[in-house]
Formats: sequence, structure tokens, C-alpha cells
Amino acid sequence: MPYIQLRQMQVDQTGTIAGIKARGELGTRLRDMGLVPGKEIRIQGKAPLYDPVSLRIMGFTLTLRNNEADHILVEVN
Amino acid sequence: MGIAIALAGNPNSGKTTLFNVLTGARQHVGNYPGVTVEKKQGRCVSGIDEFHVVDLPGTYSLSAYSLEEVVARDFIVKEQPAMVVNIVDASNLERNLYLTLQFMEMGISVCIALNMMDVAKKRGIDIDIAKLSSLLRLPVVPMVARTGKGRDDLLKTVADHAKTRTKSLKISYGRDIDEALDEMVEKISSEHFLTDRYLPRWVALKYLENDVQILEMGKEQNPQMDAWLSSVARKLTHHLDTTLDTHPEGMIADQRYGFITSILKQGVMTCTRNKNRIETSDKIDKIVTHRFLGPMLMVAVLMGLYQFTFTYSAVPVGWCEDFFGWLAGRVDGLLSDGLLKSLVISGIIDGVGGVLGFVPLILFMFLGISFLEDTGYLARMAFMLDRIFRLFGLHGASVMAFIVSGGIAGGCAVPGVMAARTLKSPKERLATLLTVPFMNCGAKLPVYALLVAAFFSENQARVMFIITLISWVGALLVAKLLRSTVIQGPATPFVMELPPYRLPTFKGLAIHTWERTWQYIKKAGTVILGISIILWAMMTFPRLDTATMADPAPAGTQQAAAWQTGEEQVDPAAAALRHSIAGRMGTALEPVTRLAGFDWQTNIALVGGFAAKEVVVSTLGTAYSLGNVDPEDAGSLSERLQSAPGWGPITAFSLILFTIFYSPCFVAVVCIAKEAGSWKWGVFSMAFNTLLALGVSIAFFQTATWVMS
Ligand SMILES: Nc1nc2c(ncn2[C@@H]2O[C@H](COP(=O)(O)OP(=O)(O)O)[C@@H](O)[C@H]2O)c(=O)[nH]1
Ligand SMILES: [Mg+2]
Repeated sequence: MPYIQLRQMQVDQTGTIAGIKARGELGTRLRDMGLVPGKEIRIQGKAPLYDPVSLRIMGFTLTLRNNEADHILVEVN
Repeated sequence: MGIAIALAGNPNSGKTTLFNVLTGARQHVGNYPGVTVEKKQGRCVSGIDEFHVVDLPGTYSLSAYSLEEVVARDFIVKEQPAMVVNIVDASNLERNLYLTLQFMEMGISVCIALNMMDVAKKRGIDIDIAKLSSLLRLPVVPMVARTGKGRDDLLKTVADHAKTRTKSLKISYGRDIDEALDEMVEKISSEHFLTDRYLPRWVALKYLENDVQILEMGKEQNPQMDAWLSSVARKLTHHLDTTLDTHPEGMIADQRYGFITSILKQGVMTCTRNKNRIETSDKIDKIVTHRFLGPMLMVAVLMGLYQFTFTYSAVPVGWCEDFFGWLAGRVDGLLSDGLLKSLVISGIIDGVGGVLGFVPLILFMFLGISFLEDTGYLARMAFMLDRIFRLFGLHGASVMAFIVSGGIAGGCAVPGVMAARTLKSPKERLATLLTVPFMNCGAKLPVYALLVAAFFSENQARVMFIITLISWVGALLVAKLLRSTVIQGPATPFVMELPPYRLPTFKGLAIHTWERTWQYIKKAGTVILGISIILWAMMTFPRLDTATMADPAPAGTQQAAAWQTGEEQVDPAAAALRHSIAGRMGTALEPVTRLAGFDWQTNIALVGGFAAKEVVVSTLGTAYSLGNVDPEDAGSLSERLQSAPGWGPITAFSLILFTIFYSPCFVAVVCIAKEAGSWKWGVFSMAFNTLLALGVSIAFFQTATWVMS
């Protein structure tokens, strides 16, 4: 199963987080919201200008900018 | 002395709702010392027990990266409440418990108020409360804050457990980290390093997590220990990096979530329904954030909010005006002409009227925004607009403040500045506060109307459109400029929750709206009244008596000469205005403002505009010796300007540009200072905006005159 960056995922695609490369404030923010390896996600939608992206994790919806999504590696189903 | 409890929890978990259920009307809103984070306190009584409740800011975690998180954890450490009531959203248990664990690691006695039980049930989530409680070794009380269900149970539980000290939670973070922690804890304990406030293990964890606040505190208290702990942390970081390609912060978060998952898996939470079922909220989102429908709907909502704020508030604003008009009329009859009467009418009554005149606006604006915020729509709007606003160093949620301020011509910067409260990112928020006054508020419109009618009567609509365009483009460019200079720094991460759509309760909206409006009256009101009296004095003193009448105007400008030779008829009101401090300022500034095409009359009017922008029109009328000019109907002034020397389309447009950009009116300045938490920013907006306006006007005037010649 291939690893891709979260930014490359299509709407409604699902996958499991494989790694978070960000550190510092962004890394902490991502992890505080539950973006840690092993969690399943589904891309919920994209904003009209294709950025930010919204995704579903642990039963709630989260939004991320594309440049923030670049730090997240996903193993897609 | 009651039992002190602090409410903590994730945003949107129902914290405010619970606070209202607990305290009812016995609450009081202020700020945490030195910061702009709102602090709500209240009392509540249940049986024989009395509770003192503090609402902590909503947070997802307790890192040192956001002001809210620092405030929450400092409060707990410094004020030592008997118990932290942690509101946990039952329909979102996994993520909410992440914060709970961090309280437990701090060794604080925590009680879980398991809220939104109704929502959880509807979603088919079944929670074994007894099991959750025994696994976490914490009291857990199921609740539905919205209906008040569980309130008494919660208070009873708090009263029962408030005195018992809980043992702090120790999560295993894997061998490498645990070993480092043990080594650090031993030394921290023996050196009593920061242990007057924090648990040794917590301090050690924060060193591994690279927590700026604790690192700074440590360095100050004991530089040697700080250096040693940092070196241990560095060694561990290097080790984890080479062996596992990870870092301590990452591993710590992983293990916390791992701990939560392991607890939930022991039969605490069972889903009786497919987890991937599409919720109603998601269906709504398919339409509301749709590529084409979304933006269209958003425009409609913004127009609706605008209509709601400014159309429906017009009636009570009218009552306010009528009342103060009536009052001024009464005083006019009672007092004899003179200084006292002028002070009472122009200083005090106009000042109080000015303060209260904004109240209906602010009330309606907060009602509208609270509604959008509580339903969850505001977050969607930020989501859709973020891409555009981010280009200028702002945030998607900035749009509200811009629209209310007059992004649709006719708003008001005062509620606009306050609307920026919905912004959680500090730098984006400050940039928003400083740029919304460029929008075309309702008070600037009479100024534009006057000038456009006098000099651009053929293209009125087009010029008005150009004005709107210039103010938007100008505001966004200045935001960009500020964000790359005085408010520098990378964008605050946009990691944001889109809460499920919910119908707000009337009570929630009413309390929220009233609270904020009252804060405006109390905090801004007094300052505004004071300044309006000062402005009155500036336009009145020094007074012109008959002696000075014969020997007028110190400055040797053309107009002064014209005045002395009697070429121009001067009425006493105009002469008195010119003689006042404001008048002298206007005259003294003429050499500079000439470059932008403004004469001293215009300068005085602009000084007056600092009180309120529409005053520009009436002051211009007085300065041009027309007596009282009604800003709504300035036909005579319009004709006067057309024939006045030095006036023409170029001068008029230069003045329009100046009006767009120069200092916000002082009510807005006071609000900016209050919202930004420092007078520095209030002063900055006055000085910076005025210089900017002068620059823009001079550049335009000089270029245009050169091109035309
Ligand atoms: N269904 C349901 N809704 C709730 C409950 N508690 C709060 N809410 C709603 O959830 C939304 C967010 O609540 P609020 O108190 O503003 O959350 P806060 O951000 O934590 O202060 C509001 O629309 C509330 O009416 C509850 O127990 N059940
Ligand atoms: Mg709240």
C-alpha cells in the first residue's frame, strides 16, 4: 500500500496516518487535534479554491491548509 | 468562602452552556490580567454548598503555543481551584480526553462532566460511565448542559470530591523516554526545581516537549539545572531521531492517544451503528461548502447579517437620537447661552448620546454573529475564505469584521473591531483590528455623498464603486504590509474544527449578546465620554472675544489676509472655530496639507472628523461660514464648495482618499486599544493611518495636477 502526502488525497478517499513530519507549533497543533500515526481519516471536502481541505478523524471534522497537509504522510486504502 | 471550581474543556464542548446553567444570571465578565482573553466568573448555590465558578478559555491541549492554553494552565497553577470540572463531549470522547489526561498529569483533581449525552445517544455511541470512571479513577457525571440535565449531580459530585487529592497520572512513554524522565525527575526533586508550583514529572515532560514557558521559567530560576535538563532532552531527541526517526513531542502525543484508545477499547465505548455513516452535518456541508453554491450562499448570509445589523437597529438608534435630541432641547431651554450650556449640550449630551448610539448596532451585530458562530456556520465561512485572506496575512474569519465595518458600504468600525473577537489567531486578529477602519462606515458616506454630488455628479454610482474598491484593496494591502513589518511572523496554523451544525438556544444567544454589549458600555463608554469632552474643548477654546475679533488670525496665510481686508464675509461661528485649538491646528497644518490640496477649513473639518466622520460635513459648513449644515442634506455646502477657490474634482478626490485612510474616529480608536489589549495599538492606528492618508492624498494630488497641467 502506497504512502502519499495528505495534500494528494481525493475527496472521499480514506487512509491511515503514517507519520507527521512537522515539529514546533504546527506539529503540536496537529497532534493536539488527534493527527497521530495510526488514526484513520477520510477526506471530507475541499474549499472552493481547493485549499484548505476538511477531513474526518475520530468522528469529528478538521480543516487544514494544503501547506500544513504536506507534513502528513498517509497510507491510503 | 465557597468551593472554587474551574470549568475547562475543548471549544464547542458546551462549556459556556454549562457555565450559564450553573451560574444563571450571577456572572461577571472580565479579562485575565494583562491579556485580552475573556474571563467569566460566577457563583452558584446547591443545597448547603456554595460554588465559585471560573470559566477557563476553551482549549484542545495545554501546550504553551496559544495564549488560551497558557492562561488556562497558569490559572490552575496559581489559583489552585479545589476542582477542575472538565467538560467532555461524549460524542467526541477520544479527542476530548486528550486534554483530560494532561490535567491528570499535572496532578490536579479533575471531575469529568460528560456532556452531550443526547448527541452521543443519537449517534449510536454507548458509553459505560462506571467503567470510564474506574479506569481513569475520576468521578464522571453524564450531562445534557443544553437542558440542564445532570446539573445537581455534578455539583454534588464536586462537593463530595473537592477535598480529596487525586494521585497524578503516570503514562508510560516507552523505554527511552521513561528512562530519561526518571533521571530528570530525580534531580528535579532533589534540587526543588520549580517544584513549588509543578510536579517534577510534569516539569521533566515539558522539557522534553520543548515548552517555551517552562523553559524560560527554569532558566530564570536555576540556569544550571535548566542547562542540564535541556542537554538530557537534546540527547534523547538525537537518539530518537537516529533510531526511530521521531522526536519526543511526537512520541509523547502518540502515547497519550494510545493510552486513551486502550481505555476506550476496554468496553467503555461501543458503537451500535456504522461509524462511517454520513451524518446530517456532512450532508449540509456538501451544499454549504460546495464549490459554487457555497460562495453564493455566503454572500447571501453576509448581506443578511449586514441588513440585520444595520436595518433593524435603525429603529432603536432613532429612539436614542430622538431621546438625546429631546434632552438637548430641554437643556437648551433651561440654561442660558454660554459655556456651561455648550459643555452640557455639545460635550456631555452629545458624548453620552454618541456612546449609547452605538449600543443597538453592537447588540444586533453580536446577536447576528453569535448566531452564526453557535450554529457552526462561521467556521465554514472561515474555511471557504481562508485561501484569499491568507494571501494578505489575515484569516478566513477576518471577513466578518471587514463586512461589519463597512465592507458593504455603510457599516461601522466600532462593532467591526469587536467582531474580530471571533478570531483566535493573535497576529491575524491584530492585523484585522488595524485595517477594518479603512472600510466605508456609515459616517463616511455623508462626506463622500457631499463631494461626489458636488464634483462628480455625472458618475455618482461609478465613483462610489471606485471608493469601495479602493478601501478594500487598500485595507488588504496594508494588512499585508503590517504582517510583513510590525506584526511579522508566520501564519498561525489553520488546524481548526468544523463543529457539527447545531441550533443555538435563545438563552445562550441572549446572555452572550448582552454580556458583550455591556462590556462595551462599561469599558469603552467612560473613555469615550471623556474624549468627547476634550474634543469639545478643542473646538471651543480659546474663546474668541471682541478684542481678538479686531486682531484675528496669527498665521499669515492668504485666507487670513483675505479675512482682514474683508474680501470674504466671516460669521462669528466660523471665526470662533478658527480661533480654537482645532482651528489653530488646522491653520498650522496648512503648509503640509496644501500639498494634498486641503485648505485650513478642510483641516479643521478633518480634526472634527476624529470625533465622528460625519462631523467633517458639519464642521466644513461652519468653517465655510454656512452656519449649521445638516450632514444628511448638504446641498448648500455642495454649491459653496463648487465655487470655493482651490476646489475641483482633484481636490475632492484627494479628500475622499484622505477620508478613507486617515485616523479612525476616536470611538473606534478606543475599541481598537481595548481589543488589542494595549493603548499602543490605538495610538499606532491614529498616527499610522493619518500619515498613510496624507501620503496617498499628496501622491494623488501632485500626480493628478501634474498630469492635468
Ligand atoms: N444537543 C446538545 N447540545 C448542546 C449541549 N450542550 C451545549 N450544546 C450546544 O452546543 C453548542 C456549543 O456550546 P457552547 O456552550 O457555546 O460551547 P463552548 O464552545 O464549549 O462554550 C451550542 O449550540 C449549545 O447549544 C448538550 O448537552 N446537548
Ligand atoms: Mg464558549
